[in-house]
Amino acid sequence: MRTPEAARVDPSPATETDPPLLTADGVTRWYGHRLGCRDVAFMLWPGEVLGIVGESGSGKTTLLDCLSGRLSPTAGHVVYRGEDGDAVDIFALPESRRRLLQRTEWGIVRQNPRDGLRMGVSAGANIGERLMAAGWRHYGDIRGSADEWLQRVEIDGDRIDDRPVTFSGGMQQRLQIARNLVTRPRLVFMDEPTGGLDVSVQARLLDLLRGLVAEFGLAAVIVTHDLAVVRLLAHRLMVMQGGAVVESGLTDQVLDDPQHPYTQLLVSSVLQA
Amino acid sequence: MTDAPAMIAVEELDKTFTLHVQGGARIPVLSDLSFTVSAGECVALTGPSGAGKSTLLRLIYGNYKAQGGRILVRHDGAMVDIASASPRTMLAVRARTLGYVSQFLRVVPRVPSIEIVAEPLIRLGTAREAARDRAASVLQRLNVPERLWTIAPATFSGGEQQRINIASALVSERPILLLDEPTASLDAANRAVVISLIRDATARGAAIVGIFHDRDVRAAVADREFAVPEVRRAA
Repeated sequence: MRTPEAARVDPSPATETDPPLLTADGVTRWYGHRLGCRDVAFMLWPGEVLGIVGESGSGKTTLLDCLSGRLSPTAGHVVYRGEDGDAVDIFALPESRRRLLQRTEWGIVRQNPRDGLRMGVSAGANIGERLMAAGWRHYGDIRGSADEWLQRVEIDGDRIDDRPVTFSGGMQQRLQIARNLVTRPRLVFMDEPTGGLDVSVQARLLDLLRGLVAEFGLAAVIVTHDLAVVRLLAHRLMVMQGGAVVESGLTDQVLDDPQHPYTQLLVSSVLQA
Repeated sequence: MTDAPAMIAVEELDKTFTLHVQGGARIPVLSDLSFTVSAGECVALTGPSGAGKSTLLRLIYGNYKAQGGRILVRHDGAMVDIASASPRTMLAVRARTLGYVSQFLRVVPRVPSIEIVAEPLIRLGTAREAARDRAASVLQRLNVPERLWTIAPATFSGGEQQRINIASALVSERPILLLDEPTASLDAANRAVVISLIRDATARGAAIVGIFHDRDVRAAVADREFAVPEVRRAA
């Protein structure tokens, strides 16, 4: 029994035809004979948060490193549409351009804040450094912006001259987020942003991230093994096993009605609190 | 009423759960199911528990995946097939067209209830102040005490959480509403408020599909009933 409307199904409504921000196509990475990730393809649009889940060794971090230009794929392409509107294959760019992107239009939040911060300089300098890389020169503006961002990530302004070694793990992670977001990037890559933090500290960080993502219309790719994190932050989800994407879709659909045996195992293995 | 355009057209829908972690057991829930809902119409799903009423609502919302058939909903003037829509299209359909009230509120840590209710409007481009004003008026109508507006609903009672849920689904006046037991944890006074909100929604042309176990609520809001047929389970 078909309705008259049946002939007029519109697969891609006009409002959803704007170009993607990031396109991965056949992204594959081998480490010698060992597979990192294989044939990963997806598109990400401005304002979308994509979660990538899977157990340790499933290839999530390898994929994230390829997407963020820090690791060359063995095969495949990663295409980014920059602020200037040009779509570029990031691995066809000269190293200097790729580094500039990483410091300005992109943010990269590492699991261990020690890898993403400069531990020997002050909190203010950690934030200011990104601004200087983006061309800021006026000391007062830089310090003012650093102070504003410390407040945004709920770090007391009077800690601005303290070095991050004196901060707790949660504060260090919030500082790393401030350092990454201060240049208003369009795309942020996060690797286990809440890993290694206490549960109460995690909730605060998640809430902060959720607010910032919504406020700035950020696009983000978040790798995690924590399904609660993606349920809260990610619009879409990819599930990886053995280097390949085995299932993808809307986050709540993948978690509530998983189709692939591995996804079902992953979802059913979570302890209910 | 028959001249009103179809807002939802479900065609030959099949839903079977395959439990891979339990030896691949197959549980058929819906089979060859078809029904339509027009603008301004409220349809109550009926049938014994386990018949698949909630499953059907979740399929229309795109929370569950169909094994066969189509789920057409009118979105921005054209019919979109939820069963095959891309995640990106689904996000747009949910933002502008489909509202869903589940039986349980998924609480976001630390976000105050008024922000939760205002969020759907802000996402559609309403200014923060105007969105909060609109959220406040819906919360007021649902008798949520003002002292709770600035608190995250994690500690609220079941009835209070349910009203936050209803408020956030109704605040942006989406053209299709899916309601799963919206009055289950409410007292008589608040039940009456929800009934009047549902009637307001159909009066402005919204299409509503709901599960209402309370016979009085069902009689007050539903234009007709649709009995979800029970699928014979394979042994």
